[in-house]
Amino acid sequence: MLEIDNLSAAYGSFQALFGVTLRVDAGEAVGVIGPNGAGKTTLMRVISGLLPGRAGKLTFEGRSLDRVPAYRVVARGIAHVPENRRLFPKLTVEENLRIGAYMPQARKHFAERLGWVYELFPRLAERRSQLAGTMSGGEQQMCAIARALMSKPKLLLLDEPSAGLAPLVVQQVFDLVRKIRSEGFTVLIVEQNVQQLLELIDRAYLLEVGRIRLSGMAAELKANPFVRQAYLGL
Amino acid sequence: MDIYLVEALLNGLLLGGVLALLALGLNLIFGVIDVVWIAYAELVMCGMYVVYWLYGYYHWPLALAAVLAVLGVAFLGLLVHQLIIAPILGSPAINQLLATGGLLFFLQSFATLLFGTDFRNIGLRLPILEFADMSISFARLIAFGVAVLGAGALYAFLSKSFLGTAIRAIGQDREIVGLMGVDQRRIYLITSAIGGALAGLAACLLVLQYDVHPFIGLSFGPITFMICVLGGLGNMIGGFAAAFIMSEIISIGGFYFSQEIGEVLAFVVFIALIFVRPQGIFGRS
Repeated sequence: MLEIDNLSAAYGSFQALFGVTLRVDAGEAVGVIGPNGAGKTTLMRVISGLLPGRAGKLTFEGRSLDRVPAYRVVARGIAHVPENRRLFPKLTVEENLRIGAYMPQARKHFAERLGWVYELFPRLAERRSQLAGTMSGGEQQMCAIARALMSKPKLLLLDEPSAGLAPLVVQQVFDLVRKIRSEGFTVLIVEQNVQQLLELIDRAYLLEVGRIRLSGMAAELKANPFVRQAYLGL
Repeated sequence: MDIYLVEALLNGLLLGGVLALLALGLNLIFGVIDVVWIAYAELVMCGMYVVYWLYGYYHWPLALAAVLAVLGVAFLGLLVHQLIIAPILGSPAINQLLATGGLLFFLQSFATLLFGTDFRNIGLRLPILEFADMSISFARLIAFGVAVLGAGALYAFLSKSFLGTAIRAIGQDREIVGLMGVDQRRIYLITSAIGGALAGLAACLLVLQYDVHPFIGLSFGPITFMICVLGGLGNMIGGFAAAFIMSEIISIGGFYFSQEIGEVLAFVVFIALIFVRPQGIFGRS
């Protein structure tokens, strides 16, 4: 579904990704793990078109995403839940969800999708007229994921969904992601919370200083001595 | 209470409607695009000329002239963005101020060149309403009614529609709206056109009460900027409320002293308030 081949990207003169090759097949949940500053967020931003300057190949469903601006990438079926949630704080929950369905093809099904999202996350239905910025971190993450789902994406990019949340809430967020998975969405997820992530996904890549160091099935990575030592603390 | 004071209060309220409309337009553009159109009142002047020429001179139906003025100034707003703002969007705010300030002088001079400095009246005499010993200008009453309707329509658009929601969202996070499928350039153009349309609507209402001449913008521009700053720049509800505060000060000052003193008072109150609350009365620090 998503194919990335030999991708490099830079912020100005600072190069963040060096020849990254990665694949996500339809129906899969794929994780990208790695330390802070490894380029995980950069990778997400390149895929969704937020970071335009790059070299290498990036195709989605066989069509190139080269020079496709962010607002067109989402129309292709890729929804990005950005790092730190980035809700529109002064809009209500429901208005945030409405923006999520901004694209013409999503607008037509807005009412139906809204009902579905509220069914999936009943908490959001209770909070529908609350300003998004006044909710707790976990609720905001829930809203950010719901906002992305409003466009009915084929591929969902999740960037550090558990970052900055209390341990109990982290567990809830992972449950949310599991729920999304069971709805049949293809997911590419970036996380620092490696242990919990590996329970949730099919395959994973380990990204370090902008390069893919390891990749394999979740179980393989869990058993890998280097991963165990450096990321699982075992 | 003195019946004439009531009349002054009422007139202040009616004046506030049109000022509120102008403040809404300016605040909308500032809130969305983060630029201040210094030449905003000059767009109003252009709209007034449209009504004057179409209705006052060529005697087209007033409603048609008004619609064309609104559409014409909306298009002008679009051009202002596309030709002046878009190329310097990333540059320091002072450059944008200077560029739209330049537009102000350009429009004033261009109008002078085309039409001379004559004061032109559309020649429509609307009655003065008399009741309970008060006289209220019908033109002002219409202006107030239409301005409030216009503001209400804008409110409904911004709060209920997909496009309106995107317009409100963009000032909160310019990058992330892209992930929702929102094309920022398109939103800027639409916002500029709406800002222009509001100036055009204000023009139709003002031309019922005032003669048009190339410098008419100076009668509304500075007060509109004061209102926006007082209400907190970019805060549409604050600006709306501040418009009525300012218009009442002008009107009541005008009642006790003279129209000019009323305007002086408005500026004095503005300066005093800005010392106390630099972020505006409704702005957050």
